[in-house]
Amino acid sequence: MVEKEHLIDLQHIYKDFDGTTVLEDINLYIRKKEFVTLLGPSGCGKTTTLRIIGGFEYPTSGTLLFEGKNIVDFPPYKRKVNTIFQKYALFPHLNVYDNIAFGLKIAKMSHDEIKHRVEKMLELVNMQGYGKRGVDQLSGGQQQRVAIARALVNEPQVLLLDEPLGALDLKLRKDMQLELKRMQQALGITFLYVTHDQEEALTMSDTVVVMRDGRILQIGDPKSVYDEPANAFVADFIGESNIMRGTMVHDELVRFSGFDFPCVDSGFGEDQPVDVVVRPEDIMIVGEDIGQISGLVQSVLFKGVHYEMMIDVGETAFKVHSTVMQPQGSRVGINIVPYNIHIMKPMLITESEGGDEEE
Amino acid sequence: MSQNLSIPSWLVWVFVGGLVGFIVLGILSVKRSNGIKRSFFASPYTLWMVLFTVVPVLLIAYYSFTDTTGAFTLDNFKNFWDSNYSVNQIYAQMGPQYSVLIQPGTVNIDILVYSLWMALLCTAICLALGYPAAYFMADREIKLGSTLVVLFIIPMWMNFLLRTVAWMTLLEDQGLINTLLKTLGFHSAQLMYNDGAVLLGMVYNFLPFMVFPIYTSLTKMDGKLLEAAQDLGANRLHTFWRVTAPLSIPGVISGITMVFMPSVTTFFIPRILGGGNTMMFGDLIENRFLTEGNWNVGSALSLIMMVLILISLSILRKADPEGEGGGIV
Repeated sequence: MVEKEHLIDLQHIYKDFDGTTVLEDINLYIRKKEFVTLLGPSGCGKTTTLRIIGGFEYPTSGTLLFEGKNIVDFPPYKRKVNTIFQKYALFPHLNVYDNIAFGLKIAKMSHDEIKHRVEKMLELVNMQGYGKRGVDQLSGGQQQRVAIARALVNEPQVLLLDEPLGALDLKLRKDMQLELKRMQQALGITFLYVTHDQEEALTMSDTVVVMRDGRILQIGDPKSVYDEPANAFVADFIGESNIMRGTMVHDELVRFSGFDFPCVDSGFGEDQPVDVVVRPEDIMIVGEDIGQISGLVQSVLFKGVHYEMMIDVGETAFKVHSTVMQPQGSRVGINIVPYNIHIMKPMLITESEGGDEEE
Repeated sequence: MSQNLSIPSWLVWVFVGGLVGFIVLGILSVKRSNGIKRSFFASPYTLWMVLFTVVPVLLIAYYSFTDTTGAFTLDNFKNFWDSNYSVNQIYAQMGPQYSVLIQPGTVNIDILVYSLWMALLCTAICLALGYPAAYFMADREIKLGSTLVVLFIIPMWMNFLLRTVAWMTLLEDQGLINTLLKTLGFHSAQLMYNDGAVLLGMVYNFLPFMVFPIYTSLTKMDGKLLEAAQDLGANRLHTFWRVTAPLSIPGVISGITMVFMPSVTTFFIPRILGGGNTMMFGDLIENRFLTEGNWNVGSALSLIMMVLILISLSILRKADPEGEGGGIV
């Protein structure tokens, strides 16, 4: 599905706002028909990156290639990209039809052609018969659909989406996620999607780009980003996890929480400090006698599909997800399969919340 | 003119009755809701409106249709076609020997047309100057914008008469501009006592009323809309005509209203800068009231003007059905 050819190349992009660095050496390529998501907390620079590609911001330095051509100085209207804005930015003085036809009228398309295309778009986003409505008469979900139609009708090579589902409720958001993915595949358009919702990123993307403090921490497909987080921040941001400081005793043996665990990683050296990540669903609760270690159930929370239990093992407490509840106060055994223990070099940047310059 | 001051008794009763009813209603609304109703807070404003807007308008209507004795007549409106109509009537009553004094007066409709024309010109010039100014001030990328706003406001702190008189010292024969021209070796020019000077005074005084509503409507606009337009392929010119301009229409309409209304009724500026060579409808009304002391004719002329303003406002209102221009219309 995704083609090999690079459509967009960001090379060494830097961006300063009044002396504050918001983007630092961004290198990223986007292939044709790829669904790429920029994921990160607010202030990480994901929206700025999107706006640089859209032409609404100019980088302080760096190269932006579009089909091999540097377009860094091009104004937005000369770029073959279209954007879906956070709050849709529909034109309040135009009805649904004229909103969608806006780009086509500027392109001086014939009246019949415009009508044909707009009707087709209304059908695609399931809004037939809404053409004459004013945009302020629409619900949030409908406005969202009009915004999508208004962008897609211009047949852009790339669609930029800036947290487009942020204003919708959970149920509608889930539906729209699937619908957007369906459209992307049906139309064969490259999507660049910005979100802070890790679940959304994992559900929809071909490639996830995790960002923090103006830097890219990891690029990979959803599964690899989830299973092999590059560092403790990525692990923490994507999904829930137990993150611990540990020591690599020697190859394939790591010590954390006061115990030695066999693992599958090697090459870190002997007695080296490392970060250890274990997903809550990867910790197995067994009988007290047969576990690698044992602990005391501190608390139990019902989370719908599973229970979330905190199990005190002495030095630390593990967060464990299981469909089987263990009563609070009981003693249980714990097993962790070697390949579920993720070992990373300790992060140079310590845990801190990113600034909020972006929004 | 003393008999003119006797307010008809029915109007007094309407006024007193309204006041009493208003107070009773206010007290009732407080009692009924066991607290103060929100609408009660509007009562000082309502009282003000009734006292100083509704009652005077009713009085003007009353005077327009009555003569000095209080009897119903339409003669006041005949003065609109012949400014000497009332005077001639008096001469006619005084006897045939006075008939030589009877002569047709000027047609007031000329003055009205002139006033409307000047007001239209003034509004058009204010729009032509004011829109770019407002657009410039509202541009977020221009740091000077907020400074400009202050510069526009400062002259408004000064009294309107003072501002107009100040122009005299600039424009008169021995004024600043002519002195400068002469020093530079040019001929001095007749800058005052013509339509141009009157128009200049009007534009100068009314320009802020055009700039600020447009400025407000432009700053209120979501900047993302401009980005969206550019994103969809619109260059700066397209963006302006297809997004900025239509969205600023409420401000433009508000500005036109706020400039056109005082322009039509302008009365001081023509006398100062026009030197009495030109007369506008506002001067005419002022003349009837203050110089001739003829409240009935003055009221009739005021009424004609009010109707004209109402007609022009209702036309403007059609262009801005949602009244987004600030509710002045």
